[in-house]
Order: sequence, then C-alpha cells, then structure tokens
Amino acid sequence: MTVEFTLNGRQVSAPAEPNTLLLDLLRDHFRLTGAKRSCDVQVCGSCTVLVDGGPVSACTYLAHEAAGREVLTIEGFSELPEFEHYASAFERHAAVQCGFCTPGFLLTLKSLRDAGDLETEEDIRHGLDGNLCRCTGYRAILEAARDIGEVAA
Amino acid sequence: MTVVNGTGTREVGRSRTRLDAREKLRGEAMFTGDMEVPGMLYGRVLRSQHPHAEIVSINTSAAERMPGVAAVLVGRDLLDIDPYYGHAIKDRPIIAIERVRFSGEPVAAVAAEDEATAEAALAAIEVVYDELPLVDTIDKALDPSAPLLHEGPIRPGLFHGLGNLGERDGNIGYRYRLESGDVAAESAGAAFVTEGEYLFPAVYQYAMETHSVIADWKPGEIAIWASCQHPFLVQAEIADLFGLPIGAVRIQVPYLGGGFGSKSYTKMEPLTVALSRKARAPVKIVNRVEESMVTSRRHGMRCWMRTTADAEGTLLTRESRFWLDTGAYMDNGPRVTATAADAAPGPYRWRAVDIDAMCVYCNTAPSGSYRAFGATHLQWVAESQLDELARRAGIDPLEMRRRNLLRPGEPVRPDGSGKPLDADLIGDVERAAAAVGWDDPKGPRVGRGVSVGLLAAGAHPVSRASVRMRADGSVEVSVGTTEMGQGPRTVMAQIAAEELGTSSDRVRVLGADTRFTPYDRSTGASRSTTLAGKAVQNAAAAVAAKLRETACEVWDVAPELIELRDGCAAFGDEQMEFPEVIAKRFGFSGGEIIEGGEVRPTGGDSGSYAEGPVFWEVCVAAAEVEVDPELGQVNVLRTATVADVGRAINPQLVERQDEGAFMQGYGNAMFEEMVYRDGELINDNLLEYRVPRIQDLPQRMTSIVVENEDGPGPHGAKGCGEGALAAVPAAIVNALGDAGVPITELPLTPERVWRRLQDLSEPKSTEELT
Repeated sequence: MTVEFTLNGRQVSAPAEPNTLLLDLLRDHFRLTGAKRSCDVQVCGSCTVLVDGGPVSACTYLAHEAAGREVLTIEGFSELPEFEHYASAFERHAAVQCGFCTPGFLLTLKSLRDAGDLETEEDIRHGLDGNLCRCTGYRAILEAARDIGEVAA
Repeated sequence: MTVVNGTGTREVGRSRTRLDAREKLRGEAMFTGDMEVPGMLYGRVLRSQHPHAEIVSINTSAAERMPGVAAVLVGRDLLDIDPYYGHAIKDRPIIAIERVRFSGEPVAAVAAEDEATAEAALAAIEVVYDELPLVDTIDKALDPSAPLLHEGPIRPGLFHGLGNLGERDGNIGYRYRLESGDVAAESAGAAFVTEGEYLFPAVYQYAMETHSVIADWKPGEIAIWASCQHPFLVQAEIADLFGLPIGAVRIQVPYLGGGFGSKSYTKMEPLTVALSRKARAPVKIVNRVEESMVTSRRHGMRCWMRTTADAEGTLLTRESRFWLDTGAYMDNGPRVTATAADAAPGPYRWRAVDIDAMCVYCNTAPSGSYRAFGATHLQWVAESQLDELARRAGIDPLEMRRRNLLRPGEPVRPDGSGKPLDADLIGDVERAAAAVGWDDPKGPRVGRGVSVGLLAAGAHPVSRASVRMRADGSVEVSVGTTEMGQGPRTVMAQIAAEELGTSSDRVRVLGADTRFTPYDRSTGASRSTTLAGKAVQNAAAAVAAKLRETACEVWDVAPELIELRDGCAAFGDEQMEFPEVIAKRFGFSGGEIIEGGEVRPTGGDSGSYAEGPVFWEVCVAAAEVEVDPELGQVNVLRTATVADVGRAINPQLVERQDEGAFMQGYGNAMFEEMVYRDGELINDNLLEYRVPRIQDLPQRMTSIVVENEDGPGPHGAKGCGEGALAAVPAAIVNALGDAGVPITELPLTPERVWRRLQDLSEPKSTEELT
C-alpha cells in the first residue's frame, strides 16, 4: 500500500502499512528526523508536525490519515521566510537547550499564530500545554512565544 | 584592554547566543536515535515481568527461526567473559543470568532487520520463571529473614571513588557514617527538640530523549554511539567487560536530549555491545519511555531525623538515620548515599552530629544519579526541622539561619575534613527571602519559607582539553564534556576565545569522540565549566603563549608586551592577524598551533582541587505559597532561586539552567512520584507520571545570579544547575509549614495536603489535653 500527500510543499508517495505511524514514515522513509519520538502517547509534543496547518502528534497519527493532506515538518518550516521570526526569538531568549523538544514547540507556535491564537499570555500557556520541555523551566519559551505573538508581558 | 561588558573581558560575562541554537531550531541536530550505521540491525529487549524469580528455562528457537531475525541474546551467551559490571560495585550482569531481580530486567534481546520484526520475535521467546520471595520495599529488605539479593564478597567497580566500600550487611549494600562529638551529652540541656520520620518517593529524571545506543562489535575493536554523559567511564567499563585495551573502544557522543543524571555512568551500552557481538553486525537499541523508567531513577528514601537547639535558638545536635532504596543493582548508590550523608547536617555549626546512611538492595529497578542527588533527598527534611525549631523558639526562620549558618572559611564537614565553606550563604538566603517579600504582610493561609543547603560538587577533578588554531585563525576546542542542553559548547568557546583574544564566533567545540577527544572524567556534578572549562582555559593559554612567542620573534620584544585582541597579536601600533602569525611561525601558508591543558587534583583559580569537594554548590531558594483548605491545593505564588556561580561566563545560560532546575524541583515537590505495586512500576508512562507543563510555571519566579568570583574555575567560576532542585522542594515544604501544614512526605498532592489538614483539625483526645 502507498500513501500520497504533500510533504513540505512537495507531492510525495510512500509505502505504508495500515498501521504505519506518520512519525515512523517521516523518520525512517523520508529521513526527516526533526520530529522526535519520546512518550509514544501524545503527551509530550516532541513528535509534533502540522497537518493542514494544525498540530498533530505524529507518534499516534496513522500515515494513511495524512493522505491528500499537507504535512509540514520542522525541515520544511525552517526553509520558509517566516521561520526567522520564530528562530531569532528562541535564540534571543535562550529558549533552546538540549533541542529535543524544540521543533515541536516551534511548529505548535506557528499553528497558534497562524490561527490567531497567540495573542495573550493565556493563549500561550494554553496553547503550549501539550509540549513538554524538561530543560528550560518554560520561562524562556514563554518569553520567546511572547515575542513571536507580539504579546505584551 | 578594551572594556566591553564592564568586567574587562570581551567574551566572559557576555550572554552570547548559543552556538548550537540554529542547528537545533532547524531540527538538524543529530541525536543517537536519529543516526544510522551501514548494515545496522534493530534491537529490542525482552524484560522480565517478575520482580524476583529464578529463570528455569529460556527457549529462543522459535524467535531465532523467524525471517529477518539475526540473533537472540540470553545470559548463556556470556559464559566466555566476566559479564558483571557497575562503576561502583560490579554486581550487575549484562543480561539476567539464572535470576531476575527487578521487574523490567533484560532477560533476552533480539537483533533483527527492523523494529517490528524484533518486537514480534520477543513474543516468540518462552521464559519459564520460578518466583522467589519478593523484597520490594526497604522495610522488607531490612527484615532479618529476607532473602539476600546479592551474596559473596563485594567486587569494587572501576570508579567508586569512595575509599573503602566496606562489607555488605544483609541487603544493606553500602553504609556511610558521619560522626562528630557526643550527641547524648550535647543534647542533654536542649531547650527545643524536634524529631520525625520522612518519606521521599522515587522519581524519574525524564530526559525527553530515552536511552539510545548503537554498537558495532568487531574482533579487537568496538565502536559505540551513545546518549551517555560519561563517555570515558563507559569506554573503560566496556573495555574491561569485553577484554580489550581502553583505546580499542571508541565512543562517540552526539547531542543528548537531556540527561539530568539518567545517562550518567554505564546504562544500555553493555547489552547493545553484547547483542552486536552475537549478531556480528551493528545494532541500535532505542528505549521506549517505559524501558528508560526502569533503566534509571532517583532513590526513594525513608528517613528519621532529630535536631536540638538551646533556648537562644543556637543549634546543638543533629542525628539522622536514613535508608535509600537503590533497587536491584547498585549503580551510583554508594555515591548518592555518601552525598546524602554530607547534606544531612546542612551548612550549620553543630556541637555534635551522628549520621547513619544506608543504601539498600530491593527488587525494584536500579536507582542512579538524578540532579542534586543526596542534597535533594535530605535538604527538605533538614530544613523543615530547622523551621520547626525556629517556630518553637519564636525566632524568625531567616534569623534562625543567620545565627547558625556557617561563614566562609569555616569547615563544612562536622569532622573538619575536606574543603571549608567557599560561599556567602547568609547573603544568598537574604536575597532569596527578599525576592519573595519576606517581611510583607501575609494573607490567611499564605506561608513563606526559605531553605539553605550545600551539595558536594565537582566529582573527581580530572579533565583534559586541547585547543587548536588553524592557519586561517579559526579555532577548535576538543573537550569531553557532553552537550545535553546545559550549554558547554557555547561556554567553552567563550572561555577559549577570551584567552586567545578572538571572538567565540571563530571557535568550534566538538562533541566527545573517545578516539580523539582528551579525557574528561564525566559530565555531571555541576563540574564542566569549573573543571573542563579550566582545562580549556589552560590549553588556550598555551596556544596564546605560542602566538606571543612568534610575535616576539618578529618584533623582537618581550612576550609580556604583546597583547592578543580582535584576532590579532598587537604591540603598540603594530599588529598582525593570527593567520599571519602562524604563517610567520612556519614560513609557510599552512600549519597550526595545537596545545593541551589539564586539571588534576592541584591548581584551580582560588583554592586547590586537592581537597574535596571541588566546590560546595549552593542550594538556596525561597517560596511563598497559598493553601486551599477545601481542596488541599497548594498554589506557589512567588519563588526565588539563587545561582551562586562565582562568575557567570554566560549569565543568560546560568539563569536558564537555574530555571530548569527550579521547575524540576517544583515537579518533585508537587506531584512527581513513581508508584510501585508488588515491585512493579505501575505509572510507567507520561499519562500517569506527571512532569511539569508550561501551565505550572509560577507567575512570579526570580532567578538570582550571584557573582562573588570565589570559585575554583576559570575567572572565579563555579558550577550551578543542581542547587535549585535541592532547594526548591525544601522552600515549598517550609512555606507550607509556615501556612500551618507541616508535611513529612512528598509529593504535596492535594489529597495528601488535604488529609494532613484533616489530621490537624481533629480535636485532641482528653489524654493529650491533660
């Protein structure tokens, strides 16, 4: 069986069993390793990718669910002009430490901002509650998110 | 000298952007689990579901016949080597041999062409167990009739670093005593006595990245890529296990997705190497979270403590007996036990102290290192007793500490051994208290608390580094420190650039590859900036000396008149860019200057590394909480932590480390807990084991960076990043005590707090009233 979808702006087709997870397809078949496997139960957000602009946990999302949809991974996002707006905020606030959770945070922030859900402190705290970070203590990420959403402190 | 940041340095003291940030932001940073080696197989591990059993038989034939399966490893495959390892005590077989001692212990491992095949093969392995009596708690382990988990003489590991490991006593695998003075005599006239029993749960470090290893065994040579914090210690243990010279084992460490101690010492590497040896091919094993949760954790603890003071609130005596559940194998148990004993008296003056620390084998998964180990265990107990005495004596807790805290230069250890105090603790705790409004009026059910402690930091002071300037003036620093988020690649670049008079943008810091990277004992114990950083500084200074030497030859002036700045050697109005200096040195457009640096138990900027610890890491925090008596909910309103770092090489990174330690301390205090039933971990996933989320971030949290330039590292630096984890639970517990809810068991779940509130509000019996 194959699955066809748009991956980082390109039409792709890949072999996928009915139970193949999107995370494994991205990491093993396409060698896009920016999405990370950690908790396996869609709690930690390390495997977050965008499907049709919304965040999904690729660790519990079947590859076939992506059929005909647009998938954006950190590798694709980092090629877009707007990426600088996000990356520079994370650099300015030292919101990246080990880097394992970082791609998931960036993609979640992009989806929030695109949907107009990154306008208040509450938006940030609510919207990022599905992404865990064990290094930073979150303050750095919160500050970077404020910059990204142009939220007053 | 151009003054750039007000301190006369250009790079040191500057919050420059992390050198690895962009790579990580773009998702390009490689972690072990992202890597592939040609011809690689995938390994999965069959783990025992029994916490204690004899293995009667293992039948692997069906699994071995499955298409795509290359090898199945069991204990009998290791009869040709001595398969026991453990850096402290060699008590752990690479894979279970005849007996399993914890639920989750590897009993077989499969290498196959993909993970799914390996997983399917696990299901085809038949293991027959004969269950043994369960010793799943400290109490059961201490029972004289309990079966012994380990027998025979203690076999010291390669790196226990504790002098005499003593003898096993039943299931007590290691014991550490700390005594000075006569407790009975000194406490006889005490005006105030507090005594209690305390329980501390096992906790999981939860680094986002699970333990991951790729191993490629070949006759006479082993290559490993691993998510390990201490590559040189693992290298030596693997060489020892498989009978090779140390240099025949090559370990490469890519980026780590967090460590926090969970990837200290040797973890999944021996099993992966043994499986590769059986399969005759490279093998990759990446743990799932439930597997990592039985690979490393923090020791659970039961503790008894008694503290006395005189009528003025002057401390007299401290006694403590505590038992740490080290699980089925020692791992870092002895060091954790000794460090906890060191933390038990706290940084106070005592007339007499009696500490008895015991590390106990149980049928639970092995406990190892977790950030601020020992200090985290004891500080909340010790500090809550101090507050209890202050309450009884009617003394403000901050004043209680002012009266009793050690001052710089006083001995920390009650027996006077080791390094004296090298920090201004009173200043630190006063700043923390002020940051949570110590003297502000308080509303009802609001409490404030402070906590002060010390952590014996730095481990063993052995680090080497090399610094290499290429013909174009660019620099590479080769140092064994593992980059796991704390930022050493950036900080080491700043240290080297400062010494060389160049920009850290021109410096690359490479990850550890034991074939090329100079030796570094380990990445942990808050030691890297202080020790590896000092080795980098020494190596860079040696390169700088060579640059000056050549400039002297060109200009014929004394070397002390040459200044290195902005990538140039300068003398008066003359200057030469570094590539020109190197070209002059060799009379050729190529060449390089490469020099090494080291630290060993001598040297250091202020004070010597000769007497342990390398430095006393400061563990100071303050907290303000509000308790909801209806729900038992504790809301943390304000917190402050202190990063007393001597000198902040990169202030922003110091703050981020401190904040990260704070958040882990918050999680440890409020809800993190591993729950066992009959030896089995029942909350072995992220749905049931809760770690802090962004919603948990308190509205007002202050990280105070203190720079007294009193550390033994480069520019007077000393380590940080652990202290807040030890201090925060203690400060929160004390704030809760101040709000009227004394607690003797963590975490502070709403149910536990609510039940405590009910206990407190029960009317006293007539007996108590008379």
